Amino acid sequence: MTLMSIKKFSFTYPGADEPSLKNITLPIEKNKITALIGPSGCGKSTLLRSMNRIHDLYPGNKYDGKIELFNETSKKYENILDIKKENEFIELRQKVGMIFQKPTPFPMSIFDNVAYGLKIAGIKNKSELQDRVENALKGSALWKEVHDRLGKSAMGLSGGQQQRLCIARAVAVKPELLLFDEPTSALDPISTGAIEELLVELKKDITIAIVTHNMQQASRISDYTAFMYLGDLVEYDKTENIFLNPKEKQTEDYITGRFG
Amino acid sequence: MEKIFQKLSFSSATLVFIILLGIFITLFNAARPAINEFGLHFIVDPVWNKEVPLTTPTAKTSTVQASTTDDNIAVNPDDFSEDDGMGMDEDEDSVPTKTVYGGLVPLVGTIFSTLIALAFAMPIAMGIAIFLAEIAPKNISSLVGGAIELLAAIPSIIFGMWGLYYFAPIVADLFGGFQVSLLTAGLVLGVMILPFMAAITRDSMNTTPDILKESAYALGATKFEVIKDIIFPFSKTGIIGSIILSLGRALGETMAVAFLIGSIFELPHKVTDPTITIPVALANNFGEASGVGMSSLFYLALILFVMSFGVISFAKFYFLRKVN
Amino acid sequence: MKRLVINKIVLALSTLSAVLGLAFLAWILITLFVKGLSSFHLSLFVNDLINNGLRNLIIGQFILAGMASIIGIPLGMVAGIYIREYGRGRYANIIRNLSDIMMSAPSIVIGAFVYALVVVPTGHTSGFAGSIALAIMMIPIVISTTDSMLSLVPQELREAGIALGASKYKVIFDIVIKSAKVGIMTGILLAFARIVGETAPLLFTSQTSNYFTLDLTQAFPSLSVSIYDLASDVQTSSRDLAWAASFILTVMVLVINLTGKFITRNKK
Ligand SMILES: Nc1ncnc2c1ncn2[C@@H]1O[C@H](COP(=O)(O)OP(=O)(O)O)[C@@H](O)[C@H]1O
Ligand SMILES: [Mg+2]
Repeated sequence: MTLMSIKKFSFTYPGADEPSLKNITLPIEKNKITALIGPSGCGKSTLLRSMNRIHDLYPGNKYDGKIELFNETSKKYENILDIKKENEFIELRQKVGMIFQKPTPFPMSIFDNVAYGLKIAGIKNKSELQDRVENALKGSALWKEVHDRLGKSAMGLSGGQQQRLCIARAVAVKPELLLFDEPTSALDPISTGAIEELLVELKKDITIAIVTHNMQQASRISDYTAFMYLGDLVEYDKTENIFLNPKEKQTEDYITGRFG
Repeated sequence: MEKIFQKLSFSSATLVFIILLGIFITLFNAARPAINEFGLHFIVDPVWNKEVPLTTPTAKTSTVQASTTDDNIAVNPDDFSEDDGMGMDEDEDSVPTKTVYGGLVPLVGTIFSTLIALAFAMPIAMGIAIFLAEIAPKNISSLVGGAIELLAAIPSIIFGMWGLYYFAPIVADLFGGFQVSLLTAGLVLGVMILPFMAAITRDSMNTTPDILKESAYALGATKFEVIKDIIFPFSKTGIIGSIILSLGRALGETMAVAFLIGSIFELPHKVTDPTITIPVALANNFGEASGVGMSSLFYLALILFVMSFGVISFAKFYFLRKVN
Repeated sequence: MKRLVINKIVLALSTLSAVLGLAFLAWILITLFVKGLSSFHLSLFVNDLINNGLRNLIIGQFILAGMASIIGIPLGMVAGIYIREYGRGRYANIIRNLSDIMMSAPSIVIGAFVYALVVVPTGHTSGFAGSIALAIMMIPIVISTTDSMLSLVPQELREAGIALGASKYKVIFDIVIKSAKVGIMTGILLAFARIVGETAPLLFTSQTSNYFTLDLTQAFPSLSVSIYDLASDVQTSSRDLAWAASFILTVMVLVINLTGKFITRNKK
């Protein structure tokens, strides 16, 4: 089943002459991991950041086409590009979370970090907060390491732990879709492995879209892969097809390391 | 050449240290007669330029104080000068007297005008900083930011004149009391430090990484929540530092206050009463003073210097530590 | 939703604060223009204060600030160069911090210091004393500008120079300072704008004078100090003159300040 359906989507940054994304059509399948690959500057982050409209924090962007998100209550697809009101943005971002290249622990305790999304969503009940923080940390394979220092500042954790904390924080609000923008590019191989395992674990409950520079990572964990080049979507298919017999020459050149 | 220049540049840098030390030593020396005569009691003594009998100075001083302050309420506030205690002079004629100076009044004036300035400027400066850093689009932010910084470039004497002739009448209409008062002086001082505080607070807020803010937005936070929960905690030390630095500025500001404080050596009973601050006491009395009076002014200058040195180094070392 | 309402309120209040800040700026500038221009006359530039003009005061103010620059700029620049280029760790850092503290020292205290240092021994106020007070205010500003502008020069440039066999002194003067020139000069311009409008450090050092003079050993005409005298005068004509003088002083300061900012912006 398709959770998000991107249709003929184009995106232009303010002041840019050329669109950074041109006519992209791409499904994001539910409970799967979709990887976005492509050389630097091809628009992977731009596409990912359109999926929860985090772009809109900065004025002047131009969108064309549609990005439809399946609404579980109304059982209908709704175009997120139609969103204009603050409360709809908040709702969208609660459904579509985001993890960045570098860990972004908030300047507060470990517990408060994970509870943050819940608190602002209006959950005040102490025991409910505690349960959900614990579950999110367990779900992010961090509970064992931090359960005895939940009140300590999140800044004291290692980079890998911080990134898992950010994942726990995003998971705690029970999003439908989580967007990862090169989440392991700042981490060592062991932390990277832990996060890859975690992603595969998470997809049982949450749909994942991940931008990665690392071809092995895409082939290891993703179910679908989209190859982008210069703002175009060149090829989208099951991951094994992309890596074993790509249809396009550009895709083949890229995955065999001939450019990029 | 190389050696000479290196020596020269070293000496110039050391000059900073020498000047600061020189200021301290010079002020201390010039203040010494007053320090010897009044000691630390100077700080808590509300009397300025008063004749008191030489015998049992401490006990008498306090009674004189009480009666003089009472006198002054009845008397025209402009008329604070030497012949205040006319009635007393007669029975003291026979007794040898000395002139007493105390720094309490200007000290209190300085501290309270600064606190009023801070209370007024802080919320507005925070608002401006939030507007510039988080609300306004880039071009508007740099335009408005530039205009606010222009406010900081206006000479302080202009603030004083504008404050006295245009701002104070409105404040006095609203709150009653004199046009020259602790309140009007404090508010004008507040307007003066406003752009300074807003600019550094904005700069501190701008150090918050974009992805940190975006992480919070991606959880569904509102702009206000991002400001309150992410940006302020992240840039907390810089913001507190900027507030303390502004406080340091307000402590030493002379001209904006000189027009508005009333310049009388009297403890204010209400914020709408006129009084005096240390910088204004120096500005208005240096010309005529001599002897112990002069030395007492240097004592005040020394106190102000130490206060602002303390406040500013506190801000620097605890909050704005430069990583180099 | 309550949080959306709170959000709106806070954002509205912040915007209002910015409007308030701009309103203060506008209020002050408009007051200055209206009051200043209504008593403004070209003869102000021809007559001295004794004949109800401002000529001697304007020239005097510039000479005081100019003398201060002659003393303060070289000292500040060389000290800034020391901190950035020669200084090793601790000592340079201490001087850097002390200089920052000195920058915020109350200007009236600097006036009192120079009074004790120069005016008391010489027995009278003088243009020199005023210039020295302003120079003391200027030095830390120039140090901080030089320091931060030199820090923008990439390290590779210095290394390239040294690798060519140039001495450190040569590298600093021929390469480092050249590439930081515009920045340092605008910084100095801004420092000049800061001191040229000062009053407090001049009150009892240079004082002011009704007459034209170039003799720096005597009380020296100062626009800002005379504004203080005139503005507190009972006569309306004196106060009008004070407004005209304030207008001129502010225009001077703002023009220099804006020129500096304009150069900085164009460079970016
Ligand atoms: N904020 C921005 N403003 C203007 N152009 C941008 C901005 N961010 C990225 N771009 C441009 O958009 C294109 C795609 O960038 P991006 O999505 O970051 O690439 P990727 O993540 O694939 O490396 C690039 O050409 C980049 O220069
Ligand atoms: Mg990217």
